[in-house]
Amino acid sequence: MRIKNIKAVYAAGPGPMVKAVDDVSLNIRKGEVLGIAGESGCGKSTLAAVIALTARPPLYVKGGSMELDGDVIQFTEQVTPSADWHGKLVALLPQRALNSLNPTARVRDFVVDVMRAHDPTIQPQEAIEAARVRLKHLSLPPRVLDSYPHQLSGGMRQRTVAVISTLLDPKVLIADEPTSALDVSSQKQLIELLKLLLEYEFITRVAYITHDLPMLSNIADRIAVMYAGKLVEVGDTEQIVSAPRHPYTHALITSTLDPEPEIRHHRLEGIQGAPPDLRYPPPGCSFHPRCPLAMDICSREAPPKIGTEDHFAACWWVAQQTKGETEKGAVR
Amino acid sequence: MIPQPSQAPLLETQGLTRTFGHGNQVVRAVDGVSFSVQVGEIIAIVGESGSGKSTLARLLLRLMEPTGGQILLHGQDVTKLHHPAELKLYWQKVQAVFQDPFAAFNQFYTNNRVLGRSLDVLGRRISNAERLQRSTNALIEVGLDPADTLDKWPHQLSGGQVQRVMIARALMVSPELLVADEPTSMLDASLRVTVLNLLMDLRKRHNMTILFITHDLGQAYYMSDRVLVMYQGQLVEQGPVQEVLENPQHDYTKRLMADVPLLHGRKSMLMRAN
Repeated sequence: MRIKNIKAVYAAGPGPMVKAVDDVSLNIRKGEVLGIAGESGCGKSTLAAVIALTARPPLYVKGGSMELDGDVIQFTEQVTPSADWHGKLVALLPQRALNSLNPTARVRDFVVDVMRAHDPTIQPQEAIEAARVRLKHLSLPPRVLDSYPHQLSGGMRQRTVAVISTLLDPKVLIADEPTSALDVSSQKQLIELLKLLLEYEFITRVAYITHDLPMLSNIADRIAVMYAGKLVEVGDTEQIVSAPRHPYTHALITSTLDPEPEIRHHRLEGIQGAPPDLRYPPPGCSFHPRCPLAMDICSREAPPKIGTEDHFAACWWVAQQTKGETEKGAVR
Repeated sequence: MIPQPSQAPLLETQGLTRTFGHGNQVVRAVDGVSFSVQVGEIIAIVGESGSGKSTLARLLLRLMEPTGGQILLHGQDVTKLHHPAELKLYWQKVQAVFQDPFAAFNQFYTNNRVLGRSLDVLGRRISNAERLQRSTNALIEVGLDPADTLDKWPHQLSGGQVQRVMIARALMVSPELLVADEPTSMLDASLRVTVLNLLMDLRKRHNMTILFITHDLGQAYYMSDRVLVMYQGQLVEQGPVQEVLENPQHDYTKRLMADVPLLHGRKSMLMRAN
């Protein structure tokens, strides 16, 4: 899967538009979990809405393309992909499962709706049976099909929605903060379920969006860090966690609170300030007003991407460091 | 600076119980909970969703009637307080910070009005000058610029700022005990730390006592002196935070520790101990 130069804006009321996603390109390989991390308001959920094809006004996709195992969508002003894209190619696992289930209907009715949207000839009994088999396969109790949403716990609801949204074996599952409303034990169970779905090849790849880096580092193969609508760093999970290059990634990593002896005796500082107003993004690097390493050039020019397409940091400081190293190498 | 246990506790509960429903449908949300809080302590109450943490908070705040047991503040049983004037006296000493600051604020009120109204609990006439003075002080206390904040509405502030105003609101009446129910669960990790630091600073400056409710063991470990572990309405383990988390006794605490997601490659304290 390859997304290219995605641009999306919110046009609400008078005044300039909010550039929520600005020129984002990403690849997600087969069998891979790509994590997308960042603070609230950095555009990660907007990106999710765009690639899950659920963008609705006032969110407008201004350009870019998405390629998925041979199928291509060009995002222009008006894009109506064929029905197969929803559910069969791209599936969305939203933040609050309760909101995606009908409170007055049993879960099995939801299953029938989902299956019939793609194949009107399928019999309700067949659809329910398919879901029952899938649930058993994943060691979840099939009795959830006969329950109403309120009879299930929050964790179970989230797992149920994860299973139903992947009934049609989508090529990519977009998980948008699926665990942020759950406690740690349910979080772990959902992560295990997603790993199982990948292992059984019910889903081909996952884009996992969250602000919770410890959680993300346990499931993602690679992590992309977003700030102010742009990607600031992409790299393997291990590199991002143990040797972040971009100052923003570094700040995110150091403000995580693991129950660790080290954190108890240190005062963590977090990140001062707030993400910029995307109607009036700052010139140059959008992180420079909050960056401890900001230089003159950071407030004037957009930073270059240092590294390859799948592994880079967009930062003047990193550029300087790398340049220094190559020069040192030349002297030697 | 953990206070000596010989001091009289600020707050104490004895067999505090709250049940919902009746007959065989009865749910014991808080079930015979007994603990005490010393002046100046930060205590974390941890547990999963549905373990009764928030019900306990509402009982302690006297927002809900207990079905059994006692809450003693300075040795006086406050579960018998029912008259609004008596409750207002209680709320001068015990204040709350809730999970969702946007839900706790009237969105049609400016911060100035929100803060000013919290003084009504004092039960006397307060001049506008005093209201303004107290609001200004409270905002400075939480690290916000009063000139910049007072005339704004909640929607004009970021989540972290609204939560600070929320804490400022609780500080208006200089309470002795602050009950913070998941104050950071709506915030990003980067802001979370700043709010926790603020709470720790308040303890340092005013020797304020804080009951901190969370499901995040990392936060409990970062800032609290003692931790109480709740499971199905009961207190299953309590003690100094380092002792409990490094050497958990109850199976539930062990499971909770094992489920915490750590940054990639880090080993939990449990795994290292084994």
